[in-house]
Amino acid sequence: MTASDLSILLPEIVIAVYAMAALLFAVYTGKDKLAPTLVWGTAAVFVLCAAWIGLTGGGTNLAFGGSYVDDAFARFAKVVILLSAAAVLVMSEGYMSRRDLLRFEYPILVALAAVGMMVMVSAHDLIVLYMGLELQSLALYVVASLRRDSAKSTEAGLKYFVLGALSSGLLLYGASLTYGYAGTTQFAGIVEAASGEISLGLLFGLVFLLSGFAFKVSAAPFHMWTPDVYEGAPTPVTAFFATAPKMAAMGLFARVVHDAFGNIPADWGQIIAFLSVLSMFLGAIAAIGQRNIKRLMAYSSIAHMGYALMGLAAGTAFGVQAMLIYMAIYVTMNIGTFAFILSMERDGSPVTDIGALNQLSKSEPLKALAVLILMFSLAGVPPLVGFFGKFYVLRAAVEAGYAWLAIAGVIASVIGAFYYLRIVFYMYFGEEGDGLDRGMAPVPWAMLMLAAFAMVAGVVNLFGIEGLAAAAAATLVN
Amino acid sequence: METIILFAPLVGALICGFGWRIIGEKPAQWTATGLLFLAAILSWVVFLGFDGETRQIQILRFIESGSLATDWAIRLDRLTAIMLIVITTVSALVHLYSFGYMAHDDNFREGESYRPRFFAYLSFFTFAMLSLVTADNLVQMFFGWEGVGVASYLLIGFYFRKPSANAAAIKAFVVNRVGDFGFALGIFALFYLTDSIDFDIVFAAGPELAETQLRFLWADWNAANLIAFLLFVGAMGKSAQLILHTWLPDAMEGPTPVSALIHAATMVTAGVFLVCRMSPIMEFAPGATTFIVFLGAATAFFAATVGLVQNDIKRVIAYSTCSQLGYMFVAAGVGVYSAAMFHLFTHAFFKAMLFLGAGSVIHAMHHEQDMRNYGGLRKKIPYTFWAMMIGTLAITGVGIPLTYIGFAGFLSKDAIIESAWGAQTGVGTFAFWALVVAAMFTSFYSWRLMFMTFYGEPRGSKHTHDHAHESPKTMLVPLGVLGLGAIFAGMVWFGDFFGDHDEVNAFYGVPIHAAEGEHAQATALFGAALAATESKDAGAEDKGHDDAHAAAPGWQPGMGAIYTHPDNHVMDAAHHAPKWVKVSPFVAMLIGFLVAFQFYIRRPDWPAKLAENQRPLYLFLLNKWYFDEIYDAIFVRPARWLGDTLWRRGDGNVIDGGINALAMGIVPFLTRLSARAQSGYLFHYVFAMVLGIAVLVTWMTLGMGAE
Repeated sequence: MTASDLSILLPEIVIAVYAMAALLFAVYTGKDKLAPTLVWGTAAVFVLCAAWIGLTGGGTNLAFGGSYVDDAFARFAKVVILLSAAAVLVMSEGYMSRRDLLRFEYPILVALAAVGMMVMVSAHDLIVLYMGLELQSLALYVVASLRRDSAKSTEAGLKYFVLGALSSGLLLYGASLTYGYAGTTQFAGIVEAASGEISLGLLFGLVFLLSGFAFKVSAAPFHMWTPDVYEGAPTPVTAFFATAPKMAAMGLFARVVHDAFGNIPADWGQIIAFLSVLSMFLGAIAAIGQRNIKRLMAYSSIAHMGYALMGLAAGTAFGVQAMLIYMAIYVTMNIGTFAFILSMERDGSPVTDIGALNQLSKSEPLKALAVLILMFSLAGVPPLVGFFGKFYVLRAAVEAGYAWLAIAGVIASVIGAFYYLRIVFYMYFGEEGDGLDRGMAPVPWAMLMLAAFAMVAGVVNLFGIEGLAAAAAATLVN
Repeated sequence: METIILFAPLVGALICGFGWRIIGEKPAQWTATGLLFLAAILSWVVFLGFDGETRQIQILRFIESGSLATDWAIRLDRLTAIMLIVITTVSALVHLYSFGYMAHDDNFREGESYRPRFFAYLSFFTFAMLSLVTADNLVQMFFGWEGVGVASYLLIGFYFRKPSANAAAIKAFVVNRVGDFGFALGIFALFYLTDSIDFDIVFAAGPELAETQLRFLWADWNAANLIAFLLFVGAMGKSAQLILHTWLPDAMEGPTPVSALIHAATMVTAGVFLVCRMSPIMEFAPGATTFIVFLGAATAFFAATVGLVQNDIKRVIAYSTCSQLGYMFVAAGVGVYSAAMFHLFTHAFFKAMLFLGAGSVIHAMHHEQDMRNYGGLRKKIPYTFWAMMIGTLAITGVGIPLTYIGFAGFLSKDAIIESAWGAQTGVGTFAFWALVVAAMFTSFYSWRLMFMTFYGEPRGSKHTHDHAHESPKTMLVPLGVLGLGAIFAGMVWFGDFFGDHDEVNAFYGVPIHAAEGEHAQATALFGAALAATESKDAGAEDKGHDDAHAAAPGWQPGMGAIYTHPDNHVMDAAHHAPKWVKVSPFVAMLIGFLVAFQFYIRRPDWPAKLAENQRPLYLFLLNKWYFDEIYDAIFVRPARWLGDTLWRRGDGNVIDGGINALAMGIVPFLTRLSARAQSGYLFHYVFAMVLGIAVLVTWMTLGMGAE
C-alpha cells in the first residue's frame, strides 16, 4: 500500500471521509436540523469530485497490485454516477422536508452508496468488486426503508434486502467458482484462464456472476424486486434507485464481462442477449397494466436496462460506447421524469395514479410540454435524444450479428411506446377530472426543464458524450 | 431579348395570379395579355432577324452535382425560333380571345373570381412551354415538359365543379405520366452513356451511340434505337399518339381557348418538337424512326376515322388534331424534320383558328356543343363562319395542284405526304397510303362540321337559335389574325421549310450539303458521311471529294438546328415524286368534300341510313375503336381491383386485424400474466430468480456440449 495507490483512490477516499465526518458532526450537533445543509453539501462534494475526476484524470492507472483500476471507462461512469446522485439529492430536498422525511443520515447514506458505486466501476478484482457492491447495497437497503413508519416503505426495504442477499449469494458463489477454476481473483488473471475452450466450472461461475449483476441492474428475470421497491420507497429514493445505481451496475457488468471474460464474448453475449430480450419485452408488456406512475417507471427502467444490455451483448467497443451513451441519456431522462413525479401532488399530498395527469396541458402547458418531450424521448421517438440512444444500441447489435435481438428490440419499443403515449394522451386529451396542484418547487422545475431541453437540444451533437463514450469504451475493450 | 420572351409570361402569371387582389381583376388580365403580346412581338423580331446560327444564352448555373453540371440557358436556333413565334403568337391571341369567351361562365357562382386564375394559368403554361422549347439541356426541357403538364392539368380541370372535367384532368395527367416515364428513362440512358445532359454533348455522341449496346430489361439493345424509342414514348404521351392518345379528346372538357392553345397549337406539338430536336439521335436510330413512322401513320388514320362520326364539335377537332399530329410524326420519322416543323407551324394557325371558331360558335349557341343541334348558322354569325371556312380550307388542303399556291395546310400536308412516299421504304409506303386516306377523311369530317354547323335548317332548341349572336371584337380579332396565318403561312415560308435543299439548310443553319447540290451521288455522300463522322481518318476515305469536305469542315451532328444523316435523301426524293403522288392528296380532299356535300347538303337523310346499315362499323367508330373500354378492362379495373383488395383484405384484414389482435388480445393477456407473477410474495420472486438461473445454467451447459 503506497501513496501512489492511494492517490488513484483519492476521490473515493475524500467522499468516504466526508461521509464519516459529516455523520459525526451531525450526530453531535443539530442532527436533522442540519439535514438540508448536508444535502446541499453532499451534492456539492459530488459535483466537485465529478469535476475533479472528469477534468483531471487521464490514462489508465492500476492500484493495489492490479486490484483497482482508474481508466476512462471508470471515469465516465463515475461522473455520471456523481452528477446524477447530486441532481437527485438537490431535487429531493424540498419534497422530503415537506413530508418530514429529511433525516440527516439520508445524504450520508447516499454518499456512502456513491463510494460503493465508484468502487464497483473501478474494481479489477472479484473481492474489490464485492466490497463495492455490498457497500452500495447496504446503503441502499437502508435508504429504501427510510420512511420507517410506513409499512410499504419498510416492506420494500425488507424485500430488497432479502432478495439482495440472495443475489449476493449467487454472486459470491459465482465468484468462488471463478476463483476456483481460474486460480486468481484478479481480472487480469481470470481473463487469461477464460479463453478458448473454457471449463464448465468457469462457465458456471460466469453465469452466477452475471445473474448477480442482472439483479443489480434489475434485468428480467431478476427484476422482481424493482416494482415493489420503486413503489414502496419514498419518491426521491426511487429517483435515486432509477439513476446512479443503474449506471454503476451497468458499469460493473461491462467491466467484468470485458476485463475478466473478454476472450469469450460469444458465451456471455448470449446470456446478456437473453436477459436483454426478456427485459425489453417484460418491461414493455407489464408496464401497460400499471396505473401507478412509480411502478410504471420501474417497468420502464427494466425495459431500458434491456436496451442497454443489448449494446453490451454486442461484445464490441462500439457496443460499450452505445451502452454508455444509452445510460447517460437514460439517466438524464429519468432525472427529468422523476423531478416531475416529485411535483405530482393534490392538496399537498403525493399522487401516483396516472389518471391524475388528465388535462395537465390546460393547467400547466409548459410542464406538460416538458413531460411530453421526456415521454417521447423515453419511447424513442425521433428526433429526440432518446431515439439516438436506441439507435446506437440497435446499430451495435446489428453490426455484431445480433440482428434478431435488434428486431426484437424494435418490436418491444413499439409495444412500450403505448404507455408513454398514454401519459401524453392523458395530459392532452384526457377527461376533465381532479387535476394536480399547480406550481412546482424551483429545483425540480429546473431539473425537469433542463432534462426536457437536453432531449431536444442534444440532437445536435449529444453534448459531445459520443466522443467521451467512445474513448471510455476503447479503454475497456481492446 | 430572348430572356424577356421567356420570362415575360412568368411575370404575367405571377402578377395576374397573385396580384389581382391588389390591382384588380381587369388590370391583372390586361397585364398578362400585354406581356404576352410583348413576348409575341419580340419573338417575331427574333424569328425574322435570325440567321440560323445556333446561339446559347446562359442565364444561371442550374445543377452541379457530381459529374452533372449544367446551366439554365436558352438555346436559340431555328427550331426554337419557329416554336417561339408559334407559342407566343397563339398564346397572345388566345389571351385576347379569352376576354370575350370567359366573360360569363355558368360553371362559377355569382361574384366568384375565376378570370385572373384562368389568365394566370394560361401565362404560366406559356412560360413552361417556352422553357421547354428554349431548353439547352434535357433536364431543362423536362422541367418545361412537366410544367406544361401541370398547366394542362389545371386548365382541363378548370371547371372544378364538373366531375367530368376533373376526371379528364386526372386522365390527362396519368396518361402523360406513362409517356413521361419513358422520356425520363431516355434522359437517364443518355446521361448514363454520355455523362452529360447538354444538347451539344449529347448530339455529338449520336454516331457513337449507334455503335453502343445497352442492357435494359433483360436484353441488349442498340443504344441509339433504345434512347430514341424511349424519348418517343414521351412524345407519344404528350402528343397523344396511338396507345397514349385517350386523354386528348377528354381534355376538351377544358374551356375552348385552352383547347386552342394547349391541345391544338402548342403543347401537343411538343412531342414533334422533341423528335425534331433530337434529330442527331434519331438519325442514328433506324429502328425507332421506323416505329415512329408506323405509329404516326396509324394515328393519323385512326383519329381520322373516329373523327368521321363524332357529334361534339370540339371532339371532331380534337381527333383532327390527333390525326394531324400523326402526319407530323410521319414526316419526322422518315427524316424530313423540316416538313414536320412546317406542318407544326401551319397547323398551329389553322387548328387554333378552328378551335377558336368553334369556341365562337359555342359561345353564340350558349355552350351547346352538339353539332346535331346546330344548322343554318351562316347568317347569324357571319364572321365566325368565314373564319371557320378559312380554317377548313386550310386543314383540308385546298390549293392549286402542282404549284405552290394554296392554303397553309395544302403546302405542309402535301410536303409530308410526298416525304412519306419519298422514304421509299415499306413503312413509308404504308404511311403514304394511310395519310392519303386520312386526308380524304379529314376533308370529309371537316366539311361535315361546316355543313352541319352553318348550312341546312336550324336544329335543336329554337330559343338558342333565336338568341344566337356574333361574338365580341376581342374574340373576332384573334380569328382574323390567325386567318391570315392560315392562308399565307404556307405560301410565304414554303421555300424555307420544304423548298430547295440549300434554302432549307440555310434556314436551319446547317452547314453541310451546301456545296454538294441536290444530286450528289450516293458515293459522294458516303464519303462525306465518313468525313463528317470520322474526321480523323477521313483523309484516306474521301478521295476525290475534297470540295464536299471543304464545305463542311469539322461538321458534327447538332451543329445546325436539325441534322440529317448524309445518307438521308428523303427530301430530295420527295421533291422528285411523280405527279400522281403530288396530286393524290388533292384528289383525296376533293373526294372527301364531294361525299360530305352529298351526305349533308343534298341528301341529309343518307348519314342516318348509312349508320343504320353499317351499325357495327358505326358503333366501332363512334366508340373510338373501344380504346377507352379496353383500357378500362385491362388497366383501370384490375388496378382498382388490386387497390381495393390490398386495402380491404391486405390493409384492413391482415394488417389492421393482425395489429389489433396483437395489441388488443395478446399483449393485454401477457400484461395480465405478468401482473399475476408480480404477486408481492418474496418466495415467488425468489422462485423467478432461481428459475432464471436454472435456465441460464442449463442453456450454457447444453451449449457447451454442442460445441
